[in-house]
Amino acid sequence: MSTINHQWERFTFQKKLARFAVYLVTVAAFLASIRTVDVIPEFFYDAPNQISDMFSRMWPLDTAFYPITVHAALMETLHIATLGTLVTLIFAVPLALLNARNVVANPVVNWISRFFLVSSRSVNSLVWALLFVAVFGPGVIAGVLAIAFRSVGFIGKLLAEAIEEINMGTIEALRATGASWASVLIKGYWPQVKPAFFSIVLFRWDINVRESAVLGLVGAGGIGVVLNDAMNLFEWQKVSMVLFSIFAVVILAEILVVQIRKRMI
Amino acid sequence: MAVVKDYPNPFERSPANTIGVIVIAAYLIYAAIDMDLSLARFLEGLGHGSALLDRMFPPNFTRWELLLDGLIESMQIAIISSVVGIFMSLFIGLFAARNMMPAWVSSPTRVIIALCRSFHPVIIAILFVKAVGFGALAGLLTLIVASIGFIAKLFAEAIEEISFKQVEAIRATGASFTSIVLFAVLPQVFSRFIGFSMYQLDSNLRNSTMVGIVGAGGLGGTLFSAFQRFDYDFVTAILLTIIAIILLGEFLSGKVREIFQ
Repeated sequence: MSTINHQWERFTFQKKLARFAVYLVTVAAFLASIRTVDVIPEFFYDAPNQISDMFSRMWPLDTAFYPITVHAALMETLHIATLGTLVTLIFAVPLALLNARNVVANPVVNWISRFFLVSSRSVNSLVWALLFVAVFGPGVIAGVLAIAFRSVGFIGKLLAEAIEEINMGTIEALRATGASWASVLIKGYWPQVKPAFFSIVLFRWDINVRESAVLGLVGAGGIGVVLNDAMNLFEWQKVSMVLFSIFAVVILAEILVVQIRKRMI
Repeated sequence: MAVVKDYPNPFERSPANTIGVIVIAAYLIYAAIDMDLSLARFLEGLGHGSALLDRMFPPNFTRWELLLDGLIESMQIAIISSVVGIFMSLFIGLFAARNMMPAWVSSPTRVIIALCRSFHPVIIAILFVKAVGFGALAGLLTLIVASIGFIAKLFAEAIEEISFKQVEAIRATGASFTSIVLFAVLPQVFSRFIGFSMYQLDSNLRNSTMVGIVGAGGLGGTLFSAFQRFDYDFVTAILLTIIAIILLGEFLSGKVREIFQ
């Protein structure tokens, strides 16, 4: 006599067990962290007072400060972001090509370039900035290189994924005509990844504008230096002016990127 | 005599390309002059670079207790802020979804999310350090804000993309709003939501090693003080630890994503 199990279940026992394990680990990790984290409760209860006090000191904005220092620093920040994004391409494009399995069909090469991309992404741009400040001294060069080295991993990874998704038919057709390696790259791969390339670069530029605003905190140039100075001198009205101008630039950059994307891609 | 037809070159260089290259080159020169970048300065730096690399290797793990303390604090910050931030994002994301909520609820919620997103975590961390003092609490609050800015936005977008048929079917049975959310909306977005959450845990782990640079606790603080004391071999040890923990985090989140597919 055969027995049919009429009890329908969406997940197998193993799947249920795995899910349950994830929930359990999450709750256990959360509780363990809450119990052991080093937080002084008085500081937490006092936070609303402190925050409202800080904002009351910040108001009104010190608008006279803008033309003196903020404007030049803001332009410097934009330069750092743009130059950093351009410099990145020198490293990111070759690494992306080496990482794409349909360009270089060699697992060892793919793996090596992936290693570079991952380590570039794992180190935060602020940490890259610390390193480059130690090498080149405080200033714009450190900022540009920090932005460039952090962006390599991001652009390289996304570009490699875009290259791997292209239609290989055109590539094969070009190869069949006896086209050289460079021609295949420029006339076969490039037209297909062009929209993805521009949208990735614009996206990263938008992120870089945000990131370059804080690099100055470790001495790598830009508006962050002004922010740091104002904060160390407790000039809160200047701080709020700087924060407001960063906010305005970030919003403008985002609007610009959205508009360009609508027109071009 | 055979007539050789003169075909136009199909691969003609477009004028837009040429203009683009010229504009970029002009910009590079302008920016370099504007910011006093020079090759001499760059080459001088390269010399310092090799000296720095000499001092960075081999990495020095002798003060591993300090390293471990910072690492544990970073992980505590990342876990707590991810759980709390994601939990809050569940509600905020739902309130921001335009197909579930009237405009007078969703529009203000969207403004709040945009505000959370528009500042870099480091700037938020500075403000919180000034407000609640040095230590893990400032890092926690910072990353909660950052998580809301990211997860709530993605979650709202995921909810806006759901199929409305199931919502209507469940609504037709006379179900309450809570039941509609639990049985019509959540099942459709759950696996994507797990994906976002794992991504956010990853990025909180990365950022928790960074917010310490401005005094908000975690491994970043250890890193920054090692930099300031010129202990570059210890800096390498910390950086290697950070890379290792992030790779481990990516591996684990990949596993979790597989489980919840």
